[in-house]
Amino acid sequence: MKEFIVLGVVVFFSVLTYWLVEPFAHGQMHKHVDSHQFQYADLPAVTKQGDATAGKDLVMGAGACSGCHSIEADGVPAMMEPDMAAASYGVNPPDLSNAGAIYDAKFLTDLIKNPAHALKVEHKFDPASGAMHPMVPFYGAGGDMDQEVADMVAYLQSIAVKPSEVTSKMAFENACGRCHAMKYANWTQMGETPNFKYKKDALRYEARVLDYQDSLKKYMGKLPPDLSMYTRSRNHHFLSTFIEDPQVHLAGTAMPRVGVTADGADKVLTYLEEIGDPSKANGDRDRIGMYVMIFSLIFAIFAYLWKREIWKDLH
Amino acid sequence: MAHFEKANSIGEWFDQRLATKTLERVLAKEYWIPKDINFLWAMGMVLAITFGILLVSGIFLLMYYQPNVDTAFDSVNYTIMQEVGFGWLWRHVHAVAASVVFLIIYIHMFTGIYYGSYKKGREIIWVSGMLLFVAFSAEAFSGYMLPWGQMSYWAGMVITNLFSMGSLEMNGVVEWIRGDYVPGQAFLTRFFMLHVLLIPVAILALIGIHFGALRIPHVNNQNGEELDYEVEAEKYKSGNKAASKVIAFANDFMSKDMFVVAVYLIFFFYLTFWNYSFAMDPVNFDPADGLKTPAHIYPEWYFLWSYEILRPFSKDIGLLAFAFAQVIFVLLPWLDRSPNAVPASRRGLFKYWFWIMLANMIVLTTMGKLPPEGINNTIGLVSALLFIGQWLALPFVTMFEKKV
Repeated sequence: MKEFIVLGVVVFFSVLTYWLVEPFAHGQMHKHVDSHQFQYADLPAVTKQGDATAGKDLVMGAGACSGCHSIEADGVPAMMEPDMAAASYGVNPPDLSNAGAIYDAKFLTDLIKNPAHALKVEHKFDPASGAMHPMVPFYGAGGDMDQEVADMVAYLQSIAVKPSEVTSKMAFENACGRCHAMKYANWTQMGETPNFKYKKDALRYEARVLDYQDSLKKYMGKLPPDLSMYTRSRNHHFLSTFIEDPQVHLAGTAMPRVGVTADGADKVLTYLEEIGDPSKANGDRDRIGMYVMIFSLIFAIFAYLWKREIWKDLH
Repeated sequence: MAHFEKANSIGEWFDQRLATKTLERVLAKEYWIPKDINFLWAMGMVLAITFGILLVSGIFLLMYYQPNVDTAFDSVNYTIMQEVGFGWLWRHVHAVAASVVFLIIYIHMFTGIYYGSYKKGREIIWVSGMLLFVAFSAEAFSGYMLPWGQMSYWAGMVITNLFSMGSLEMNGVVEWIRGDYVPGQAFLTRFFMLHVLLIPVAILALIGIHFGALRIPHVNNQNGEELDYEVEAEKYKSGNKAASKVIAFANDFMSKDMFVVAVYLIFFFYLTFWNYSFAMDPVNFDPADGLKTPAHIYPEWYFLWSYEILRPFSKDIGLLAFAFAQVIFVLLPWLDRSPNAVPASRRGLFKYWFWIMLANMIVLTTMGKLPPEGINNTIGLVSALLFIGQWLALPFVTMFEKKV
């Protein structure tokens, strides 16, 4: 009996110390930010029903999207290599093939009309001071502008894969991969690094990646971090709310709000875990953990029986 | 050449050459342990097992770790965690064991203080134990440098800076320790050497002394009762085990130890697989960057109390207080002036001294982690002063204690 009281005292002080150090004290190091479930409540609601056919004409024509963006899914190839595009725009403009599946419709609608507003980078791109966002806003093609924007968004949704078909890798590459490298996935801002037979080709490619990164540094102020280990260095809630709105965590940051859907954000986080902590993502840790626990339990039972056997004579 | 008979069995063959039967008798069968003990007496074995786990997992990690500032981070987080089969398991086992070992050390230490097991012939046990604490601290710190993450780098920066001795500005000493102006390749390689060779060797030697020092004064018991080991051992050997107040180290004591170890392992593996972030700080998963100081730099949980004794004071006073906190535990057997080696519950004022010390160290630990702002600073300062005050008061608290 006395032994249990002693155990209770030890457990009490150990748990108390743990609770005070970890949940209590560690929890105060970052301010608490609530998730808004990727509702983007600050953006105006979409009121018009879009027509994909009309949208295609606008995207390819008056909207001039395809002047900068590739749309591989609909036969519009990229006009420049990523490093050259980054040199021109600061960052390689995204391919729009799956934009309709990964980004929120409300966000896309606002983005087309006013990129700096939707991306929450108006502190950086203020037309009054002459700093224009590299993406030119759509000023309308002569008709009802809201209808035209709705048509373009409908077109983007019509050519994209179904949202359920978006893989975690696609979500990451689209939403994050043009600014962030991920070296554990063999990924740079230029895309997946190919295998080269000759070292000089590998070095040439590497030099191009460095050029891209230099353009990006000029555009963003610093090189955005490699995300390989972010699944371990930041917690899930932080990453999720950061993706939802970087300004809430890091006021004034150059990182834009990327406007992914809740599902898109989940997939990005899944990808970070798959790349940064695969033994957790693929279930190995849980599975082997269970085996080890079962072993330990059996060991404890035998240890107890042995102790009882030996101590029989001692009492 | 001594005379050797032909051996009749393998056991006898070894006994002739290594005196294995004598060894078994001296180290196990007739190494007497008091019977009146509780599970806290198994903490030594729990520590030995944990050290074994650290040693074995460390050997596995050593096969893939690269002590190079350019590759260290990736060799840990990619090579070991992703490419090597079960590398992640060994790394988690190593990291969690390195943290949990301090929990057990603290339990072991406070058990010793509570039961007065540092007095009356047990001084060397106490001092060697405290030296082990210092060695384990150095081992933990040097190991923390190896993944070369942000916390490695900045903790390395902060801790080595302490050696400039405040206003003495002995920056040459700091550079000498680092082998550079800032933590770099020379720094990483030497802490790698310390972690995998010099300090483990020192720990092994200290463990030998710690165990050896136990032999003559024997292990304490729950009531601080003085035993006549020869009389009790005779009772045991004559078959009257139930009446004897002693038990044999093996298998009597060992069987209980192993049960405690088994329960501990369940707890340990639960942490290893499902609750490890307390031992693997998220900040250290960002690669070291000398141009980017993390928003908060804090030590691992087991150093927080002494960190908080450094922090609330001005530079020089803080360093003195910190140095005081590092050495004062070693002097415990001499600061305690009482003639009693019995549990704190039977020792008058010391009973309160003990529980206040324990509670205050938990407060210090908490404050060491909280951001140093507002009320936290005041609480931290009061706690640090209380800690120092308690130690200064200890001789007076114990001086007038009556003999029980």
